[in-house]
Amino acid sequence: MNAWLSAIVPAVLVLAAVCGSLRKVDIFSALKDGAKDGLEAAAGIMPSLVALLTVIYMFRASGAMDFLTDLLKPAAQWAGIPPECVPLTLIRPLSGSGALALGADIIRTYGADSEIGRTAAIMLGSTETTFYIIAVYFGAANIKKTRYAIPAALFADIVGFCAAAASVRLFY
Amino acid sequence: MAMSWIWAVMALAAFLFGLANGRIGEVSAAALEGASSAITLAISLAGVMCLWTGVLEVMKRCGLAAGLSRIMRPVLTPLFPDAARNRDELEAISANVSANLLGLGNAATPLGIKAVKLMGRGETATDDLCMFVVLNTASIQLIPATIAGLRAGLGASSPFDILPGIWFASVLSVSAGIVAAKIMRRFGK
Repeated sequence: MNAWLSAIVPAVLVLAAVCGSLRKVDIFSALKDGAKDGLEAAAGIMPSLVALLTVIYMFRASGAMDFLTDLLKPAAQWAGIPPECVPLTLIRPLSGSGALALGADIIRTYGADSEIGRTAAIMLGSTETTFYIIAVYFGAANIKKTRYAIPAALFADIVGFCAAAASVRLFY
Repeated sequence: MAMSWIWAVMALAAFLFGLANGRIGEVSAAALEGASSAITLAISLAGVMCLWTGVLEVMKRCGLAAGLSRIMRPVLTPLFPDAARNRDELEAISANVSANLLGLGNAATPLGIKAVKLMGRGETATDDLCMFVVLNTASIQLIPATIAGLRAGLGASSPFDILPGIWFASVLSVSAGIVAAKIMRRFGK
């Protein structure tokens, strides 16, 4: 399984190379022209990312995050989410690397095959960095009015977290 | 607008909690650290983003992207009725969704940015754009390679045994997002 997964990236590249050669596409100049879009995208996400990460870092450093975690614990417990995983539900939508680090910490502390460790892993795998995506995509499209996108996305996250906790009780 | 409110509330909360907890110095340092880490992050992602937008361009010129979007059209049309009528938009959406399914998150972002730029119609998000963002935030990956790798490193007996759990949770959260978006669009026009 691992060997197959490691092959995904080179396999996609080879697929493009073979298909491009068969169709006599100038592969190198296509790669180069396309890469300009990537450079533009990377530069384009910077302004949104600066705004977002500044406030997220401040929020975490101030202790507001811990307060919110304690506040949410009873509700999370009612929904079947282990209290140890509640901090993860708050960081996950805000910071991808932060969530990965915290998830690794939880898994290390409670064991990869424990209920808590599994819940943390499934939470990480079944949700995304919601606010990063919202900031970057709406920023790129120059959208001022996001309408219902944020509540709908957060609702999906909450369902994902509850389902992650439920799946551990159901399947393992 | 909504992001402005969230930003303002978080900044205010950070300030007040920082004062109350005697951690205003840390908050101040964190603000500067966050700003600079945003640029570091964007630069560290830039190479991979360029690679994938380059590959997409090759796939576009040899017709692979069109083939992909033809395969995915039946699934994507009900979700993005407006964008599905435009070839470029559908191609970009298909590429983004495929990258997400394969767990190539760093490929999905630049392809998604390409898609939203094409899909944008003025300053108000269209229904298609909201749906696209919701689909991306809800995570639709089939192969969570990063998480499995993490578990393997931390001593899981079989790192991929979380797959059914992840698929179960993903399907529920994606469906919840789609249903929520479809219901919410009827209110708040």
